[in-house]
Amino acid sequence: MTDAARTIEAIYRIESPKLIARLARITRDVGQAEELAQDALVTALERWPIDGVPDNPAAWLVQTAKHRAIDLIRRRQRFDKIGEQLGHEPREHEIESADRLDDPIGDELLGLVFVACHPVLSNEARVALTLRLVGGLTVDEIAKAFLVPAPTIAQRIVRAKKVLADANVPFEVPRGDELAARLASVLEVVYLIFNEGYAASAGAEWTRPELCEDALRLGRVLAELAPGEPEAHGLVALMEIQASRLTARIAPDGSPILLLDQNRARWDWLLVRRGLAALDRALALAPPGTRGPYVMQAAIAACHGRAREASATDWARIAALYGELAAAAPSPIVELNRAVAVGMAEGPAAALAILDDPALQRALTGYHLLPSVRGDALAKLGRVAEARAELERAAELATNARERDLLVERARRLG
Amino acid sequence: MRFMIIVKATKESESGANPSAEMLAKMGTFNEELVKAGIMLDGAGLAASSKGARVRFSGSKRTVIDGPFTEAKELVAGYWIWQCKSLAEAVEWVKRCPDPHPGSTDSEIEIRQIGDLSEFPGLLDEARAIQERLAASKK
Repeated sequence: MTDAARTIEAIYRIESPKLIARLARITRDVGQAEELAQDALVTALERWPIDGVPDNPAAWLVQTAKHRAIDLIRRRQRFDKIGEQLGHEPREHEIESADRLDDPIGDELLGLVFVACHPVLSNEARVALTLRLVGGLTVDEIAKAFLVPAPTIAQRIVRAKKVLADANVPFEVPRGDELAARLASVLEVVYLIFNEGYAASAGAEWTRPELCEDALRLGRVLAELAPGEPEAHGLVALMEIQASRLTARIAPDGSPILLLDQNRARWDWLLVRRGLAALDRALALAPPGTRGPYVMQAAIAACHGRAREASATDWARIAALYGELAAAAPSPIVELNRAVAVGMAEGPAAALAILDDPALQRALTGYHLLPSVRGDALAKLGRVAEARAELERAAELATNARERDLLVERARRLG
Repeated sequence: MRFMIIVKATKESESGANPSAEMLAKMGTFNEELVKAGIMLDGAGLAASSKGARVRFSGSKRTVIDGPFTEAKELVAGYWIWQCKSLAEAVEWVKRCPDPHPGSTDSEIEIRQIGDLSEFPGLLDEARAIQERLAASKK
């Protein structure tokens, strides 16, 4: 790639989300908006290497895209004139709204986020579209991150745009009750991207830090677009704190290192600090009792983040937070984690009391971590034979080879 | 990837004179843009070198040299830590930065990628092994 092309690509990455958002306000069609923005990019690639990069490249892109948008609308209107004779409504107002392209960016970018993460789309489609439109990533970059061929991602994006157009998804920021539900859908997409980087579901590498960075950037953008939403800050806090452990959680042989065994000097303390600050913002916005699952998970992650060594962990606080999380978003996995924290805070007997709940046993049938955690508690209580049986059962249920090896080894060490 | 954006000092910034309120306001707006773009991780302005010190290493000897230091252009007046997709993106953002030393003719900002040790396969493991040996020998 030439220097000019690299510069243009960088400018496009910075400007395209805002540009597409502005264009989508006029065209009411995200797919078309992206095509117009792409047209402007192609023009830049032709002109800038000859004419030089303009002093204000952002304004240049907006102007160029605006001319294209007006051309498009004129063509549509000619088409509509024919339609009018057939009884359709004209859309005269559109040229006027094209002038609003120069207005300061308001809710448009947030509108773009909501469209890209619209529930009418599949998770795969939402992830690809969000990284493309809001993250400004190229199709090749997204394909590389997810270890799939570029045409697959390109197809996914084309289909997603078609689904949005067919479903007539309005380009707007949802209001009132709808906002909370739609925001949850947006946060879910960002966290999906993060988790694919944090514990990759495909490929030779267990983590893909670049995807975590992409998700973090999206999350930070989102938190600034919706600064009054505690869950947005909660998600950012959760991701910053989890990302701080990225290098510390992998052993030289590539196997995972558990949280309590990590060398905390290798945590990224800048990210820990950022995570704690984001959590403070979230907590200030949401009084106790109203805190959502991301804020609560971040609060739990922060307890570990504040402990300079594993032995300094405030397990009683973590157990209480899991209790609060279970109340906000009940789930057997949360209950299992609460049992671990209670075990650390109050001893193995207290953990066992939670783990032996028949409802929990039923809900987690076949899940290897239940016998694994139970085996630990039994071992601590000196009930060795039962403990070994549980760990062996856990090893049978584990699907990940490295985890299975670890469980077999733990069972063996019990003697 | 991460970059350290190093704002170089000038004679004026080293003289300890207050930066202008107008420059600070422009810088505040720029900082807000960086935060909104999700790339800003950290940053601060540094006090003049007269408030700093240097420690020179020579074998086992350590010599402390108090500030101020000459050669303003070699000094750092402030920094940011950014997360960007590429050096080109960091360059684009720096171009948009208001002049940190308006009125000065030799104002400069340097962009440096933050090193990633994982790019050196095996090096970290080797270092860790040495670290563990050292810790064990102390016990």
